[in-house]
Amino acid sequence: MSDTHAHSASYVRDKMLPEQAPPVTQVGAIKWLRENLFAGPLNSILTLISIYIVYWVVIHIGPWIMNGIWEADNLNGCRAIRNEIYGEGVPAACFAVLTDRWHQLVFGYYPSALYWRPILALLLFGGGLAPILFPNLPRRLYILSASAPLLCIWLLWGGSIWMPISVAVGFFVGYAAFKYLTPVVGSLGGTIAAVLLPILYWLLLAGPLAGGLQDVLPLGIQAVQSRAFGGFLLALVIGLAAIVLSLPLGILLALGRQSDLFIIKTSCVIFIEVIRGVPLIVWLLTAQTLLNYFLPPGTNFDLMLRVIIMVTLFASAYIAEVIRGGLAALPKGQYEAADALGLDYWKAMQLIILPQALKISIPGIVNTFIGLFKDTTLVLFIGLLDSLGVANAIRSTTDWNGIYWELFLFIGVMFFISCFSMGRYSLYLEKKLQREHR
Amino acid sequence: MKRTVLFGALTIAGLAASAASAATLDDVKARGTLNCGVTTGLVGFAAPDANGVWTGFDVGVCRAVAAAIFGDPTAVEFVPTTGQTRFTALASGEIDLLARNTTWTFSRDTDLKFEFVGVNYYDGQGFMVPKALGVSSAKDLDGATVCIQTGTTTELNLADFFRTNNISYEPVPIETNAEAQQQYLAGACDVYTTDASGLASTRATFEAPDEHVLLPEIISKEPLGPLVRHGDSDWGDIARWTLNALISAEELGVTSANVEELSAAATDNPEVNRLLGTEGELGAMIGLEADWAKNAIMAGGNYGELFEKNIGENTPIGLARGLNAMWTEGGLIYSPPFR
Repeated sequence: MSDTHAHSASYVRDKMLPEQAPPVTQVGAIKWLRENLFAGPLNSILTLISIYIVYWVVIHIGPWIMNGIWEADNLNGCRAIRNEIYGEGVPAACFAVLTDRWHQLVFGYYPSALYWRPILALLLFGGGLAPILFPNLPRRLYILSASAPLLCIWLLWGGSIWMPISVAVGFFVGYAAFKYLTPVVGSLGGTIAAVLLPILYWLLLAGPLAGGLQDVLPLGIQAVQSRAFGGFLLALVIGLAAIVLSLPLGILLALGRQSDLFIIKTSCVIFIEVIRGVPLIVWLLTAQTLLNYFLPPGTNFDLMLRVIIMVTLFASAYIAEVIRGGLAALPKGQYEAADALGLDYWKAMQLIILPQALKISIPGIVNTFIGLFKDTTLVLFIGLLDSLGVANAIRSTTDWNGIYWELFLFIGVMFFISCFSMGRYSLYLEKKLQREHR
Repeated sequence: MKRTVLFGALTIAGLAASAASAATLDDVKARGTLNCGVTTGLVGFAAPDANGVWTGFDVGVCRAVAAAIFGDPTAVEFVPTTGQTRFTALASGEIDLLARNTTWTFSRDTDLKFEFVGVNYYDGQGFMVPKALGVSSAKDLDGATVCIQTGTTTELNLADFFRTNNISYEPVPIETNAEAQQQYLAGACDVYTTDASGLASTRATFEAPDEHVLLPEIISKEPLGPLVRHGDSDWGDIARWTLNALISAEELGVTSANVEELSAAATDNPEVNRLLGTEGELGAMIGLEADWAKNAIMAGGNYGELFEKNIGENTPIGLARGLNAMWTEGGLIYSPPFR
């Protein structure tokens, strides 16, 4: 057989060749570069332009940061030190302003001896959030979640311990009313009593009760006024309070908008459209200036509280629409299945509809939260000193007048860290809740 | 949902707690602090230092009023206000006194229903140019590009000035003073115009202040002063005469250094005696203690001392007294007599 073609083929290989390394352009870094950065002429040009831009940015900003001066009394001191070390005109950041004033950028004018209180409050808030965010923790931690809001408020603003306690009692009043009155007056009456009685209690009894207890047994910590809040602390307090409050409100609004009850549906739609249709800064200015005209003269309705309410309402309108998207994405069969199981409206929502709808809405919700958190810097325009406002105030001292980028850089980094971690958490949550049906 | 209910409850509790009353002095005394509206930060006039303590020329007025009432210059709550929020804050009673370099104008006094209690700084709009431009008068600025904050009276003043002098300019609209500094230094405009005090403090921050000059022309009148609400003249009197006490103190040579000594016993000068309460009963006439003016002067010094300490020639801002010199020295600062 092997001779058959001996005359037609001059050479026939009868041994396997040893394996050769692939061409150098097809392996490792070079392959990656060719495929990703220089795949074609256009691609190569874009890559070169990008590299040049990166190089340009680094060459301009790098020395400025690396030459940064961390110890000086004022801007002129910074310039003198720079002239001494690097010579005149050499770019050098004056980070001394951060060394001098970082505590104001972070805490505003909160008394420096009490910095532990906001920190502890933040830790408590995180602790209270943990059982909700990470479901594999012990259920008992929900007690922490329930008490964290009032404890945080008490830690931040200080004052008598009896005030948060007497406010907390109101929730028990509501619970007790619901539990013991429902058998007597029926479920509707019980629900109404559970809402009305605590409100009456808070309006009429909570204040005097706290005052009386304080007289009998004075227990408390130094009170801090809202005006002392500033910097990043202010953004955190407004942002987190609004985030915590706007989610339940947003869920209710979304459900209300889908409701068959005409009045509920209409009021939800009007609320959402009106709040969403007007810029946040207008609402803030309304809270700051217009409310002052409506309220009786001499009323001192805490500005920060007004802002928290406005930001909460604003965010809840957006959250409502995000969740409505989640609700709409559910197949109709899910609703029908819930009905078929004989669940009532709230049970169906709680057990079947909302868990799925919220899961779909997570990216949107977190997106809204991040936006809301960054929007807190708008309070600058109504005279609250958030970190941008503090930066402005720092610039208004003769020591640091004329300093910009160092402060903005610091503020930007703080916001980036917060927003980035929120984004990361949302990704984690999505992965965890990933189900196979998609 | 429960939480919003809570806030509502707190609100209404707050409403009930603070009953409104017409006599501002009584409210202030009951509260124990003066709520004084200031800027969110303006170099030399009001800014918090590294410890969060407000200092500045306008702040000095607040502290003097607080000292006149309570004998304690620290009994002040400083409420930062912006250009938009300052008037509502005062009208609504959130603040008792506004000392926020606010120009005294007809409409603010009458239409907005405020009462300016005096002038603590006579400002005016000026121009700053780089020395290299070789300009010595604003009238040489034909065809110049001008950095100007939009939506302010400075914009209107500028248009008026150039039209009157029949020269042209090209405006470069900017939003804030901070932006203006950057634009001006980057050469985006030849001229930067705003209040002369602002120009001086801006120039003081430059790396090479000597390379920029302020032109001699001042093209507008900006009398800046503290103000209170219409309708409580007694309260207005306290603010007005506290400011006048600081001015009279400078005129009479009463300083924070010698006020203790001068008020210990009656001196040879009857006006000093009336001012410091060692003679007559001026304090009682405005519902304050006899030593009210002494406390106000001790808070931060007399008018001249406040000026020198915060914005005067020895500070980085380096403003000359100019119009703000005593009337005896060719300025406009003048107080009615204490009698």
